[in-house]
Amino acid sequence: METKNIMIVGVGGQGTLLTSRILGGITIHAGYDVKLSEVHGMAQRGGSVVTFVRYGDKVAEPIVEEGCADVLIAFERLEALRYAHYLKKDGVIIANDQRIDPMPVVIGAAEYPQNILEELAKEYKVISVDAMAEAKKLGNPRVFNVIVLGIAAQHMDFSKEDWLTVIEKTVKPKTVEINKKAFEAGYAM
Amino acid sequence: MSEKMIMLGNEAIARGAYEAGVKVSAAYPGTPSTEISENLVQYSKNGNIGNGDLYCEWSPNEKVATEVAIGASISGVRSLVSMKHVGVNVAADPLYTVSYIGVNGGMVMIAADDPGLYSSQNEQDTRMVARAAQVPVLEPSDSQEAKDFVKFAFDMSEKYDTPVIVRTTTRLAHSQGMVELCDRTEVPDKPYERNIAKNVMMPANAVKRHLVVEARTNQMIEDGCSFPINRVEMNDTKIGVITSGIPYQYVKEALPNASVLKLGVVNPLPKKLIEDFAAKVDTLYIVEELDPVIELQVKSWGIKAIGKEIFTVQGEYSATMIRRAIGGEQVDIKQAAQIPNRPPILCPGCPHRSVYSVLNKLKIHAAGDIGCYTLGAVAPLSVVDTTVCMGASISTLHGMEKAKGKDYIKNWVAVIGDSTFMHTGINSLMNMVYNQGTGTVMILDNSTTGMTGHQDHAATGKTLQGDTVYAINIMKLCQAMGIKNVTEIDAFDTAGLEKLLKEETAKDEVSVIITKAPCVLLKSNPPITKKCYADSEKCKKCGMCMKPGCPALTKQADGTVKVDDTMCNGCGLCKGLCKFGAITDVPV
Repeated sequence: METKNIMIVGVGGQGTLLTSRILGGITIHAGYDVKLSEVHGMAQRGGSVVTFVRYGDKVAEPIVEEGCADVLIAFERLEALRYAHYLKKDGVIIANDQRIDPMPVVIGAAEYPQNILEELAKEYKVISVDAMAEAKKLGNPRVFNVIVLGIAAQHMDFSKEDWLTVIEKTVKPKTVEINKKAFEAGYAM
Repeated sequence: MSEKMIMLGNEAIARGAYEAGVKVSAAYPGTPSTEISENLVQYSKNGNIGNGDLYCEWSPNEKVATEVAIGASISGVRSLVSMKHVGVNVAADPLYTVSYIGVNGGMVMIAADDPGLYSSQNEQDTRMVARAAQVPVLEPSDSQEAKDFVKFAFDMSEKYDTPVIVRTTTRLAHSQGMVELCDRTEVPDKPYERNIAKNVMMPANAVKRHLVVEARTNQMIEDGCSFPINRVEMNDTKIGVITSGIPYQYVKEALPNASVLKLGVVNPLPKKLIEDFAAKVDTLYIVEELDPVIELQVKSWGIKAIGKEIFTVQGEYSATMIRRAIGGEQVDIKQAAQIPNRPPILCPGCPHRSVYSVLNKLKIHAAGDIGCYTLGAVAPLSVVDTTVCMGASISTLHGMEKAKGKDYIKNWVAVIGDSTFMHTGINSLMNMVYNQGTGTVMILDNSTTGMTGHQDHAATGKTLQGDTVYAINIMKLCQAMGIKNVTEIDAFDTAGLEKLLKEETAKDEVSVIITKAPCVLLKSNPPITKKCYADSEKCKKCGMCMKPGCPALTKQADGTVKVDDTMCNGCGLCKGLCKFGAITDVPV
């Protein structure tokens, strides 16, 4: 199988690392070789963060290169735009329709771009969701990332049951139920 | 046992040390090395330390950590010390000399470099330091090798009587890959024998040990040619590449048909193996991130090779970049969108923001230090003027005073975190007292090592092993140095802090202000009971609340301010800044 390239992007603190752990877990569960590359440390403090996930028969390079991503999971609109050029021509963007102003916008030194998702949809397949609102409906805004992952899962070749098994193994025991509910909600969207 | 697991490079390093029978590990946290100790301690049963069990500690700095590992090695057990690349500078003093002493139990140092500066103040290459110290360096390329190389490093350390460095980079340390687990090998302690010719480095002994070091290096240059981790992958001979570490993966991706000499040992280099490989290929390339360490040596032997003529000495490499440089391939890539960047920022509810909002208001400059609070350099807080290295805030402020006089620093302070103060700030403060400085030092005490993800230190009252211990009292410590003006204050008491700062900076004596409030991300914090809410009816759109740059606040289209309730941690800084009572607390 040709190596699949997935990217998870967002703002530090949004829970990209948990999402990538689940994603890594499912690829191993399916018997693939996998490499994940993530950002820790200073960049995590509210900065732009990116995680690369590559899986296939044998993976060498741990990073996804520009123009090579199959799926871009974006937890924030501006970050979707920042990394869109990493996508292949027929790549898919799963975007959480949330706006978090970066500091240059907060202090008035820059403008937050308008109509990001609409513009991206002219070039890529874009699936957007207000996952934060959906997560609040489930009673815990923190699981919005797993809702987004549930949507992205529709564009990958793993069964729902396998996803749920991996989620159960990956998240803290206390949060298994809410995370499974969140995944199912996303998977059904 | 033959279980396979996905592991972070740092987890795999910890696993390798565990399997190699390591008994003592010491470190100071530093990205990208921190997770090594955090994972290794999971293997400690914490029952029988000093008698076979594995012991892990956070030391106050890398020099101390290295000396702890040296002591453990001399006593006869295998020891590990890990740090980020700049930590190697702090540890350089013991490192250069333990190279002469060698080991009893094997000793391995993990040095984590940061090409691309994801979380560092410079981009130095540890291999350069290792060459100067004449310490061998291994460089793994993925998580499996990270584990295997650490085990190999311990064997090599004992065989050649030398400390061994395993060099990683951010991309290895923070990438995950599959690792096959093995059981721990319990390595019997080596007997300790008094040997001052080897262990006491005074001139008469050291001069003889230097000869031993030179002979050892020569031996490794020869033996390295048959080390299994120095591997030739012969393929098409038009292009040959010498590489190591993570760049090996990029080379394999970019040039699947090229012949490759993959070096597991990057210092000292296996000369004969390299000469033989070079003779078999038409064009030889050397692909290494950062400095031309392999390249300069290879070229010095008269071998024709291409390296930094076409490759950068900065940042990380990639397969595309190698394809472009070697193949001259035109890779058609879309440009990144021109959009506002998103630099890291202080979290909502961070106590540093509160302190900096006061400094900003008083137009006070800060000589800064290494930690989350370095972020106070950028707009809108714009308080920190300098950042050099761990502990430098206090000493650089002192230097300014000695250069320009005490009035010059009346609108200056030094800012340093609690962990950084314990690391090397203490020495600088002693110097300020001793040499009659008059600076004002602010210790931003958030009860943790924040930026690396919350590690304990000597003033938090907890150890890496999880024991509750005496927490060194920073206030009493400063008082014991003879400083009369030492004040503790709540970091969110902005009015009190403003008054205190005016008083202390005016004094012609050293002052220490310890601002206290735990890091907002600390897991031990009580749950948040209130959040802030902005009433758009009462908001006068003046923007005062936005001044400290809290990311939970946004200006809406009509100019009024909104607080994002999913981000707000209820610190109340914005509430205190609003003169119109538009921001209130709402119970959660």
